[in-house]
Amino acid sequence: MRRIPLIPYLLILPGLVFLAAFTHFPALLAFWQSLHSTPRGRRPATWTGADNYAAMLADPVLMKVLWNSAIYAAATIPASIVLAFVMALWVNGRMPGRAFVRLAYFTPTILPMVAAANIWLFFYTPGFGLLDQVLSGLFGLPSTNWLGSDRSALWAVIVVAVWKEAGFFMIFYLAGFQAVPPALAEAARIEGCGRWTYVRRVLIPLVAPTTLFIAVNALINAFRVVDHIFIMTLGGPNNATNLLLFHIWETGFKYWDTAQASTLTILLLVILAAVAAVQFRLLERRTYYR
Amino acid sequence: MTDRTPPIETIGAWLLAVLWLMPILFAFWAAIHPPEYLTRFSLFAPITTENFERAFAAAPFGRYMLNTAMLVSGILAAQFVLCTLAAYAFARWTFPGAGILFALVLVQLMVAPEVLIVQNYATVSRLGLVDSLAGIAIPYVASAFGIFLLRQTFRQVPKELEEAAVIEGAGPLVVLWRIYVPLARPVYVAYGLVSVSFHWNNFLWPLIVTSSVTTRPVTVGLQVFASVDQGIDWAVISAAALATSAPLLIAFLLFQRAFVQSFMRAGIR
Repeated sequence: MRRIPLIPYLLILPGLVFLAAFTHFPALLAFWQSLHSTPRGRRPATWTGADNYAAMLADPVLMKVLWNSAIYAAATIPASIVLAFVMALWVNGRMPGRAFVRLAYFTPTILPMVAAANIWLFFYTPGFGLLDQVLSGLFGLPSTNWLGSDRSALWAVIVVAVWKEAGFFMIFYLAGFQAVPPALAEAARIEGCGRWTYVRRVLIPLVAPTTLFIAVNALINAFRVVDHIFIMTLGGPNNATNLLLFHIWETGFKYWDTAQASTLTILLLVILAAVAAVQFRLLERRTYYR
Repeated sequence: MTDRTPPIETIGAWLLAVLWLMPILFAFWAAIHPPEYLTRFSLFAPITTENFERAFAAAPFGRYMLNTAMLVSGILAAQFVLCTLAAYAFARWTFPGAGILFALVLVQLMVAPEVLIVQNYATVSRLGLVDSLAGIAIPYVASAFGIFLLRQTFRQVPKELEEAAVIEGAGPLVVLWRIYVPLARPVYVAYGLVSVSFHWNNFLWPLIVTSSVTTRPVTVGLQVFASVDQGIDWAVISAAALATSAPLLIAFLLFQRAFVQSFMRAGIR
């Protein structure tokens, strides 16, 4: 019998201990806690089966949160993908001031989300903010409380997310364009096909893997990044900007309802797992084409 | 394709660039001028550092910066050690269970520690690490992404180099330290930049774990400052927001190419 080497296990052990302690174990613990009541004072947690799930699904706030998260994802993902593509297309070609333009697109990515959110909070301020000044100064529109109204708050937050992300995704498209054979552009030019046709028929299909990669990342970010909510709206007004992870924080650390927060965590994990599964399927199918 | 961008699109590109910088420029304007110029744009507005001075006087941003610096360097050092060891094992050994163990590692790519805040907070508090830098760092010291990236890199190291060293009597750790690590230096730089900027910017988990001046990183410090300490003094808040991002922004402006390439390398898996 071949001897099983001991060394690789020893090498992996330290890393895996930390991974298990802060990823695998808490995920299982969240499931366990979601099946129990929240321990309060002297009262220990008791088995409640699926009660927490029933309560979660009956909660109108959660429905609002899921709807917000869906709109947030459905708006930020395509918007940042399209902008990233256009930005990359522009700075990929030669033009005056190209380095500056590229820098301008990428800079928001480097900024901490908390700082960016504060800057945007100022930008949106009714009366003082630049947005209001431009709109009332140039077009004579009345002052608007963008973050204070149910109808515009979520969109105001979405704009910040797109602004922060698009430049980051741009660099992946720039990398993707490097891999497109120059002969194709040459051929397109000889055939006399216009720039738009070249982009639509050649470039977009060829960078499809990049688009998939960006889409998955944007989707994960849509569920994972809620820093700006803390600064700009705290989920308000009337839960208009409450997103799933923020709702988990609120339930767990404001109301200290561990059981309900765990149930919501499981919901988030299921969503992330579904994203992973879809990504896996798409990647697999793509290899058939190769 | 290094074609010339058509003139119309060049104008579009410039407009978008100006639009993209607008919020930052506006905050910058507010930060370097006296408050009465907040909404009055004039070329002759006097320039002042007063807003920065007031921000630093009102909240211990120096201390927050120090906390963040210690935090990101501590995380990075731990990540380098843990990820290097694990990546080496996955890249160079075949052993029963390797596939399953690697799959377990990759789970963290999807489920980041900040998703499991409730349970991780309980763990950290049981370890007695609430409100400490170690408490902020500990969920992040083992990084699936780091292990994955280094494993890919180590796999490309030619076997012959290793065999030569082994013949000369070098043990596995010596081989790792003398051959693999030096050859992967660019990847360490790339990973380092990504990790530092991620943890410099990280907010939610540090917000939950910290509660005092001596542990708060700048992001949490800025949030506390903007929402609690301060009324609504936009000039000072803008100064604080820019000051807390300045180290990263300056580093980025100086090493733009390295940053962009690192993010790119890190993203493409």
